[in-house]
Amino acid sequence: MSLDSNTVKQTAALTPDDFRKLDASEKNAEVIQRESVSAWKDAWQRLVENKVAMGALIVLGLIVIAAIVGPMISKYNYYTNDLLATNQAPSLKDHWFGTDDLGRDMFVRTWMGARISLIVGLVAALIDLLIGVIYGGIMGYFGGRVDEIMNKFSEIIYAIPYLLVTILLLVVFEPSLGTIILALTITGWINMSWIVRGEIMQLKNREFVLASRSMGAGSGRLLFRHLLPNAVGPIIVTLTLSVPNAIFSEAFLSFLGLGVQAPVASLGSMVNDALTGWMYYPWRMLFPAILISVTMLAFNIFGDGLRDALDPKLKK
Amino acid sequence: MFRYVVNKLFYMLVSLFILVSATFFLMKAIPGDPFQSEKKVPPEIRARLFEQYGFDKPLYEQYGKYLVNVLHGDLGISMKHVNQDVTDLIMKTFSASLKLGVVAIIVSIIVGVLLGMLAALYHRKLIDNVAMVLAVLGIAVPSFVLAALLQFFFAFKLHIFRVMGFETPLDYVLPVVALSAQPIAFIARLTRSSMLEVLHADYIKTAKAKGLNWFTIMFRHVIRNGIMPVITYMGPMAANIVTGSVVIEQVFGIGGIGKQFVESITNRDYPLIMGITIFYGVLLMLARFISDLLYVVVDPRVKLSSRKEG
Repeated sequence: MSLDSNTVKQTAALTPDDFRKLDASEKNAEVIQRESVSAWKDAWQRLVENKVAMGALIVLGLIVIAAIVGPMISKYNYYTNDLLATNQAPSLKDHWFGTDDLGRDMFVRTWMGARISLIVGLVAALIDLLIGVIYGGIMGYFGGRVDEIMNKFSEIIYAIPYLLVTILLLVVFEPSLGTIILALTITGWINMSWIVRGEIMQLKNREFVLASRSMGAGSGRLLFRHLLPNAVGPIIVTLTLSVPNAIFSEAFLSFLGLGVQAPVASLGSMVNDALTGWMYYPWRMLFPAILISVTMLAFNIFGDGLRDALDPKLKK
Repeated sequence: MFRYVVNKLFYMLVSLFILVSATFFLMKAIPGDPFQSEKKVPPEIRARLFEQYGFDKPLYEQYGKYLVNVLHGDLGISMKHVNQDVTDLIMKTFSASLKLGVVAIIVSIIVGVLLGMLAALYHRKLIDNVAMVLAVLGIAVPSFVLAALLQFFFAFKLHIFRVMGFETPLDYVLPVVALSAQPIAFIARLTRSSMLEVLHADYIKTAKAKGLNWFTIMFRHVIRNGIMPVITYMGPMAANIVTGSVVIEQVFGIGGIGKQFVESITNRDYPLIMGITIFYGVLLMLARFISDLLYVVVDPRVKLSSRKEG
């Protein structure tokens, strides 16, 4: 019905003739036929279409499952020495991946190592996330003087080469899973905080934030209900890409003897252990080396795919 | 410009000061003292040793003295290498690391830029795909894995190179390849994406429209603008090379600072650890500082306010 007829009608009194009963065909006229596609579904759709990224995701899933199940299905454990069976070559019936110089089963150790490496990578990334989101959120949200001071502080910390700080900390405090993760996160959060800061600065001047503010929303509500949820995309991408960094850093620390301590092994420390005499026992190097490379590759590819899916503008 | 330089320099010094202070106090926080280990030392000798190393002084005095010494380039005396200055030890091993590092940096830049350019020029073609697969592999495969694989196949199995040693030019090949793989990958990705952007820029269309030949367009416009972001990567690249060299020197038995660093950590030679940490710190911060300055010099579009990458 057009507007004109409506206004005309309003001057005269309405009669029952003005109303008409709808028939069944018009009953659902205003129901949205097509299912609405949220931004997340859209991104997921793009991710699924990206075959390489999905492949990486599946590989990651398999690695995680193997790291959990692997040590359970073998009759060996990762720490028992067997000096009668040192440096055994891989065989299908006994030690699937061979044994190391102390006769420990390499199959179990490799998957235990993967477990440790993944734990280090994931936990370090999550702690970075927590600190980075809080710090970056405050910087971006309050801006001005607060931002300036906090930003200068993070820049000064960032300028100190982070592996040096990590090494110093681990020289002083005995390396263990806890101290390694702590040392990795002490400067690792800064990148995340800058990502969050940038996102929030962009978002905070948008209309929906103004609307919420004018309805009386406080800082906490604005930050956690409106700003951060809208910045989740870049945060997830940064998170995914920081996991392999942490895994690599731990592997590097193992080279300095500052990684996890024996008999516990990480993929990095196993590669390091295998360096002596690996020409003659290549399997000791090969399995952990391949696994660490594949893990890092998969995280990197999946992270790239995730970025393309969440922010198609960036795709080149 | 002057303000910008002074500002950057000031913050670099603040960071450096924090690093030096952190090394000092962290080393002081280690329980026990260096003369505790082996056998019982009579108290008189102990006191004498303390006096010689200045450990009997209050902490703030030791700290002040340490700062002054560091400013003079005196990093103390090594505890395991008897009577050797840490500074001397560093300088002695630096030349091997420097040679390896410089060659690796040059190779990284040349190969990386070439690879990135080819990928951009043949966008979505076979070369592009191959280059980008290589780049992803280069980023994902840790340098020590690559080093070990190279050593195994090319030195141990095929006998093309020596397994260890660092004297003839041929000895450089494997360490340099292992060390520059990751920087090459990063530089190739950076160059590719910035070249793609430049290739579609209006001024390139203008250049084509006014009939410049392909070479002039390429060398005067595309490449010049396309490799700009590579300069921002100089800082991270220095860090990459340094971390890499620690491992690579270990694998190939090269007597550089990296190897010295690993040994100092295994030996718990604290003055040497502190010295090399500070040395690396200065090196890496300088690299970042220079790359920041270069970027402003090369690209006049960059605003002189504090710029941030990341």
